[in-house]
Amino acid sequence: MNNLVEIRNLRVAFDGVPVLHGIDLDVAPGEALGLVGESGCGKSVTWLAALGLLPGKASVSGSVYLQGQDLTGAPRQALERVRGKRVAMIFQDPSSALNPVIRVGRQIIEALRLHRGLAGTAAKTEALRLMDLVGIPDARNRFNLYTHEFSGGQAQRLMIAMALAGEPDLLIADEPTTALDATIQAQILDLLITLRHEMSMATVFISHDLAAVAQVCERVCVMYAGKIVEEGPVAQLFDTPRHPYTQGLFDAIPSLSGPRRRLVPIPGTVPDPRHLPTGCAFEPRCARARTFCTQHRPELLPQPEGRQLACAYPVPVAQDAVQPEEEYQ
Amino acid sequence: MIRFVTSRLFRAGLTVLSVMTFAFVVLRMSGDPAQVLLGPDVPQNVVQDFRDRWGLDDPIWRQYLSYLQAMMQGDFGLSMRDRSPAIDLVMQRIPATLQLTIPALILQLAFGIPAGIYAALKQGTLADRSVIVAAIVGFTVPSFVMGLLLVLIFAVTLGALPSGGASSWQHAILPVLTMSIGGIGVLARFSRSAMIEVMGAPYIRTASAKGVSWSDVVRNHALPNAAVPIVTIVGFMVGSLIAGAIIVETIFSWPGMGRLLIVSVTNRDLAVVQCILLLVAAVMVVSNLTVDLLYGWLDPRLRQTTSAH
Ligand SMILES: Nc1ncnc2c1ncn2[C@@H]1O[C@H](COP(=O)(O)OP(=O)(O)OP(=O)(O)O)[C@@H](O)[C@H]1O
Ligand SMILES: [Mg+2]
Repeated sequence: MNNLVEIRNLRVAFDGVPVLHGIDLDVAPGEALGLVGESGCGKSVTWLAALGLLPGKASVSGSVYLQGQDLTGAPRQALERVRGKRVAMIFQDPSSALNPVIRVGRQIIEALRLHRGLAGTAAKTEALRLMDLVGIPDARNRFNLYTHEFSGGQAQRLMIAMALAGEPDLLIADEPTTALDATIQAQILDLLITLRHEMSMATVFISHDLAAVAQVCERVCVMYAGKIVEEGPVAQLFDTPRHPYTQGLFDAIPSLSGPRRRLVPIPGTVPDPRHLPTGCAFEPRCARARTFCTQHRPELLPQPEGRQLACAYPVPVAQDAVQPEEEYQ
Repeated sequence: MIRFVTSRLFRAGLTVLSVMTFAFVVLRMSGDPAQVLLGPDVPQNVVQDFRDRWGLDDPIWRQYLSYLQAMMQGDFGLSMRDRSPAIDLVMQRIPATLQLTIPALILQLAFGIPAGIYAALKQGTLADRSVIVAAIVGFTVPSFVMGLLLVLIFAVTLGALPSGGASSWQHAILPVLTMSIGGIGVLARFSRSAMIEVMGAPYIRTASAKGVSWSDVVRNHALPNAAVPIVTIVGFMVGSLIAGAIIVETIFSWPGMGRLLIVSVTNRDLAVVQCILLLVAAVMVVSNLTVDLLYGWLDPRLRQTTSAH
C-alpha cells in the first residue's frame, strides 16, 4: 500500500437522498490531483466526508484509508488527530472561512499548538515564518489584526499558512481561488504550486477552472452527479477526452493553445440528486447516448492507455479533438 | 472612540428629553389632578386654590418650561399628594424593585442562554424540542397569567410560599419567578437560533478541519461569535424587565417603583410619574449604551479602529 489516501466505494446520502454513488479514488504521496465537475457533483462532499466534517444528517459508507488507517467510522479523537495534521483543507471563500472575532495570528498559533505543540514565543516565531512563507507582507505588524482587515487574497494566504501549520501530507484545496480576482487567482495558484514542491505535500485541487487544474495538477478526476466518470493524466484527458462529459467541459472553455474553437456549453443542467436518470446520469445531456445508456449505469473501468472511464460509447481515441464537435450540432 | 461616545451620549440625552416631553404632555392632557386628588365634593375655592398652587391653569408651554428649569437645578418637583419631594418617594422604592429585577435578570441569563445553546448543539433531538416548547410557553403566557398560575400552585394549593407582601425573602420567590420566566424563554429561543447560525458558519468548519476538538470549537470559536446577537437581546430585555416589574409588583403587592407608578398615574401625581418615567428612560438609555460598547468589544468588525496597518 503505497498510496497516501485510498477511497473505496465512498457513498454519502443526505436525508436518504444519495449524492455520492460509490467513489474510488487514490492519492499518491506528493502528487497533485485535480477534481473537476459542475457545481453539485459532489467534489466537496467527497473530502468533507473523508474527514468526517459533514453534518450529522449525512450518512456515509465505504472506506477512506489514510496510509492504511480507515477514517470512516473512526472515533472523533482519531479524526481530530488527522485533521490539520495529516490532511489539511482550505475553502472557497477565505474571508468567511476565518473566524471574524479571533486575531489571525492566534488562529495560526492555535494550529501550531495543536499539531506541533508549540507555545509562547516559539509559536509566534513559527506563525510569523508561515505568514512570510505564504507572502503576507509585514507579517509582524499584521499578526494581531482581524480577518476583515485583510483582502480576500490575503485571507486565502492566511488560510494556507494555517493549513501548513500542521505540516500535512495532503492539502485539500476546495476551489481556493473561485472567490478571488483573476490576478490574485494566479498568485494563489503559483503559491500552491511552489509550496507543494517545497513541502513535498500531496495536493487535491478542486476547481471549475480547467486551465488552473492543468497548471497545478498531474492527474485529474472528472466527476458527474456523484460519480467519477473519467480519470487520468492531465495531458491525456486534455488532448483526448473520451467521456462525452469531459469533452463537453473542455469545449465549454476557451482553449489557451491550439486552434480556436467555438465555445459549446453542455446542453441541459445537472440532474437533481433526488431524480437521477435510471441509466447513465449524463445520458439526457449526451449527444452520443443510445438506448442502452438509458438502461445501464456504466462502471468506471481501466482503459488500455492508462486512464479510467465510465462510458458505454466513449469518444473514439483516434478521432481528432475537433471533429466530435460536429456531432453536437 | 471619543466621537463615538459623544454622539451616543448626545442621542441618549435626546431620547431622555423626548420621553420627558411626551410624558409631560400626555399626563396633562389626559386628566385633571385637582379632580382626581381632591374628589368631586370639594368646594370650588379649594379646587381653585390647588390649581393655582400647582400652576395648573398656566398655558402648558409655560408649565413645561418651568418644569425643565426646575429639572436643570435638580428639582424634580413635589408630590401633589403629600408635598414631599417626588425624587425621595421614588428613591425609597428603588431597592424593593431592584430586589426583584436583579435576581430576575440573573435567572434569565443563567438559564436562558445555556438552555438555548444546549438546544442548538443538540439540534433536532428530543432535548432540543423540549427546550423550544418550554421556551415558547415561557414567553407566550402573559406575566399576569403566569403570576396568577404560580400563586395558584405554590401559594393556594401547596401553601408553600406567600402570595403577596414583602416581609421576608420567601415573598420575593414568586414575583422573581414570574418576572424571569418570559425572559428565560425569549433568551433561550434567541440564543438557540444565534448559536445554530454560528455553528453553520464557514469558520466553524475551518476550525474543525484544522483539528480543533469539538468542545474547543464550541467554546473558542462559536460562543464568542454567538455572544454578539445575544448581547443585543439582553439589552432589550432590561426594558421588558421594567415593564414586568410594574405588573408583578401590582399582582404581588410588592412595595416597589412599579406599584408607585400605578398609584401615581391613577392619582395624576404628575411629578412622581414624571420622575419615574425619567428614571426608566435613563435606565434604558444606559443599557443601550452598554450594549453598544459591548458590541465593539465583542466584535472587532464593529470597532471604530484606528489601528495602523
Ligand atoms: N449539508 C448538506 N445538506 C444537504 N445536501 C448537501 C449538503 N452539502 C452538499 N449537499 C448536496 O450534495 C451534492 C454535492 O454537493 P457538493 O458541495 O459536494 O458539490 P460540489 O461538487 O462541491 O459543487 P460546488 O462546485 O458548487 O462546490 C449537492 O447536490 C448538494 O446539494
Ligand atoms: Mg464544493
